Amino acid sequence: MQRDGNQKELKLSGSDITKDRHNRVLKDKEEIVPSVEKEASSRKLKMETQNLNFYYGTAQALKNVNLPIRENHITALIGPSGCGKSTFIRTLNRMNDIIPGIRIEGKVLLDGIDIYREDIDLSALRRKVGMVFQKSNPFPKSIFENVAYGLRIGGVKNKNILEEVVEKALKDAALWEEVKDKLHTSSLDISGGQQQRVCIARALAIEPEVILMDEPASALDPISTGKIEELILDLKRDYTIVIVTHNMQQSARISDYTGFFLLGELVEFDQTSKIFTNPKDRRTEDYVTGRFG
Amino acid sequence: MSRSFSKIQGYTFSGLTLLASLVIVAMLGVIVWNIFINGYGTLSWGFFTRAPEQGMTAGGIFPAIFGTVALVILMTIAVVPLGVLTAVYLHEYAKPDSVIARLVRAAVGNLAGVPSIVFGLFGLGFFVHFVGGGIDKLFYPGEVAWGQPAIIWAALTLAVLTLPVVIVSTEEALRAVPNEYREASYALGGSKWLTIRKIVLPHSVPGILTGAILAVGRGAGEVAPIMFTGAAYFLPYLPSKLNDQFMELGYHIFVMSTQSPDVEKTKPILYGTVLVLLILTFILNLLAILIRSKIRTAQRRAR
Ligand SMILES: Nc1ncnc2c1ncn2[C@@H]1O[C@H](COP(=O)(O)OP(=O)(O)O)[C@@H](O)[C@H]1O
Ligand SMILES: [Mg+2]
Repeated sequence: MQRDGNQKELKLSGSDITKDRHNRVLKDKEEIVPSVEKEASSRKLKMETQNLNFYYGTAQALKNVNLPIRENHITALIGPSGCGKSTFIRTLNRMNDIIPGIRIEGKVLLDGIDIYREDIDLSALRRKVGMVFQKSNPFPKSIFENVAYGLRIGGVKNKNILEEVVEKALKDAALWEEVKDKLHTSSLDISGGQQQRVCIARALAIEPEVILMDEPASALDPISTGKIEELILDLKRDYTIVIVTHNMQQSARISDYTGFFLLGELVEFDQTSKIFTNPKDRRTEDYVTGRFG
Repeated sequence: MSRSFSKIQGYTFSGLTLLASLVIVAMLGVIVWNIFINGYGTLSWGFFTRAPEQGMTAGGIFPAIFGTVALVILMTIAVVPLGVLTAVYLHEYAKPDSVIARLVRAAVGNLAGVPSIVFGLFGLGFFVHFVGGGIDKLFYPGEVAWGQPAIIWAALTLAVLTLPVVIVSTEEALRAVPNEYREASYALGGSKWLTIRKIVLPHSVPGILTGAILAVGRGAGEVAPIMFTGAAYFLPYLPSKLNDQFMELGYHIFVMSTQSPDVEKTKPILYGTVLVLLILTFILNLLAILIRSKIRTAQRRAR
């Protein structure tokens, strides 16, 4: 009961990514989405980049990327390493902001709102658009404290709520059965695959709407990888997922849409089946058939 | 022929380096041995619990131990927050090449190289006369309450002296916090401040502790900075207020070795005091080393 109340609170603070709430968001929605029909289509498009250019200093890492991200679908990004996949996915929750000397042009829309607008509250944005990193990076704290971290810094202190949320998140991350008896051991004392699922649980605990995953299984053995892939497919029901992978089989197995990056360009974007069976661009074909990369 | 000559040169040189190293070990050995042999006999329960008697030719060193501990605690309370805040600013907030950061770094570096007697004079001029005298002028007109040598001014002077140690160790600890932890915190909606408070600082505690212990070890052995700012030759009472004077081990050694009415009678006590000071600094350094190696292994385990 109590938990519901609190979650609503969390949701509220998470659902508005602008600083001066309601007015602005509503106004924007009205401007951008005037008709019922558009409302429906924007519901399907959870995020979208428009003419996105990205620079590290003077080096351009993304070139005019236009990529739609559909709600409750899995969008995979593939391409050889160094082609800008990580850079791209990190523009979606503004993780690149930390890096000095970067410059960005174009728009990144979340529910129709440009997340690079001046008045965006970064914390709220990142609670809405969660992230799982390539190298699993649990804090050197207990499993419980790792998963509870997002709530704690969001100001949740009630122990019952924390316990419930942690349990749910660990269940959603398909890890509960394995760790329920050792929630208070260090998260560094479990296997790599389990650590990565702790990181996923940690991201799920704050109930994001979009989850970004940058090669979440690249450092794991095949069994752990299989578990993570299964998990991602499960999560699709409740979340919109963007996943970077340099493993084409993985992309083919789990994703609904696939974007192929090459040298900072989005060469081709389509339904995954089309990308793998009937690519339009020669370079995509070469890549998915393994002729390079 | 020239080849065999250069071979001989090589052997000679490597022999010299070994000799130089051995000389250092031998010197340390002689010093420690000398102090131990001469001081060991003096150590007794009474030596630790009694005050100096009969013009320092009998009795113990309790007031000096008490004063040293009090001094060092006050110094730590002053230096750790200041040092940690400075290090956090330098490492977490300032851009590495910003003017302020460069200025602070240069100041810290130069501070570390200043002879300690200069700190003593600085403490006398700044803390005792300027700050203390200022307080007197404002709140105690016509009296001398704070504008005189006192334990608080000595502690603050030592804090300035040990500031670089704390800043450098803290920065080292901050640098050792993996960036992935910071990123993970940001990705969960953590602000910079929350990330520093909940992730970065807790992870740095052992390093900060090392810095504090090194500072204490350094501060506990210094005489010059406290000589004009608060240490007393002899006091019949223990310091109980911040503006009291105090006795201190290092200064007590200095006093006994230069002012004793009977050098021969004072000698065992002198050696005993030196031994106590030596053991104290040794334990502190050992503690710092242990903590540091513990962090290292913990961090290696963290990946
Ligand atoms: N922090 C950075 N600073 C400068 N250049 C970077 C940085 N991160 C990545 N790059 C460059 O940007 C390009 C794209 O990198 P990245 O997005 O990591 O590619 P991918 O994830 O596809 O392997 C590469 O050329 C890389 O060297
Ligand atoms: Mg990458």
